[in-house]
Amino acid sequence: MGVAAGVTAAVVAPGVVLHSVTAAPRSEAVTSDVRWGLLIDTAKCADGCSACVDACDRENGLNLQSKPEGASQEHWDDQKAVWIRKVKLQDNQTGRVTNLPMMCQHCEHPPCVDVCPTGASFKRADGIVMVDRHTCIGCRYCMMACPYKARSFIHKVMEDQLTRVPRGKGCVESCNLCVHRRDFGEESTACVDACREAGHEAIVFGDLKDPESTIRKHLAEMASRQIREDLSLNTGVRYSGI
Amino acid sequence: MAKAAVRAGLVAVGLAWVLAAQVVLAADAKTYVLEGSKAAALESCVEPTDVMRRKHMELIKHQRDETVHGGIRSSKHSLAGCVECHIRFDADHAPTPIHQKDEFCGACHAFTAVNLNCFDCHASVPRGPGAELASHAAFQAVGVDRSVQSRADGEDH
Repeated sequence: MGVAAGVTAAVVAPGVVLHSVTAAPRSEAVTSDVRWGLLIDTAKCADGCSACVDACDRENGLNLQSKPEGASQEHWDDQKAVWIRKVKLQDNQTGRVTNLPMMCQHCEHPPCVDVCPTGASFKRADGIVMVDRHTCIGCRYCMMACPYKARSFIHKVMEDQLTRVPRGKGCVESCNLCVHRRDFGEESTACVDACREAGHEAIVFGDLKDPESTIRKHLAEMASRQIREDLSLNTGVRYSGI
Repeated sequence: MAKAAVRAGLVAVGLAWVLAAQVVLAADAKTYVLEGSKAAALESCVEPTDVMRRKHMELIKHQRDETVHGGIRSSKHSLAGCVECHIRFDADHAPTPIHQKDEFCGACHAFTAVNLNCFDCHASVPRGPGAELASHAAFQAVGVDRSVQSRADGEDH
């Protein structure tokens, strides 16, 4: 038995087999017993580091996009789909600089869902705000409604998509908290893993409804804020140090 | 009288042709599962063949809502499972996109002139580490041990 398992592990690429052994696919629909969220400690978010962005690109196939022929680099940087942006804030009176990753904030009351004419933009029971591409008509109302500029539009015909992340021309998309990882019972997101590997540990992922979860303990200890608290969206992504 | 006989003869010949064409078509239909794919070695798909022929689009459509909204990934009716099992490999062991005209999905859809747009968004070959997981349930349903058939994919990562 041990030998057989060893052979399988040898045949499959290392990362792949670890991935598949630990995970079990979800067989019952998600419920509102959990609410997934992130806590970002901006004090630990390093200037010039893009580990989370790069990991997100690889995890979700965003690195497989290619610049259309004849388009300028500047135009492409504006147009290509991006799920996490690194944002640098400067207080002009004190000169204090803060770095933070900005992605979909997974609001409890998401404006993108309010404005969607087809119901494609929706909030999953476990709090993940995402797009059902089967019903998205590409009107981009959600992109205009989002206060966080979190959503992207796919302008060109796509090829070479990953099996776990479908993507096609005419649909809007944004961070979905690595929903494929959620559905296979994995513990974290690509950005959290990458930030930890880079030695910063600035991002914590977890269940906002579980009093015993790491994220809830951190939230109880440190001062944190929602970005654009004035909109009362009750975001699932919180920031400390801003 | 002779005219009528000729006419009857022509009708008979015509009917025979139609019948022959039907038989040929039926024989063709049997070959839609292509040699070289994993599916070719199996008795039937995740449902009996006649159900799959008529209802595969309904099965997939039902499943997509459960997966996108409910997060259910353990169903045997997954599109990733279709691709994983019906894909063929070329001489260089590279998978051939399944919606191409002479491949499993593409051939039938071209023959019936039904637009196939699943693969505008979905991967037309198994790609990335998650591909194996996504088709696990489908393989279990047809009694294939995935751990034996695993191969290293996602080499672009």
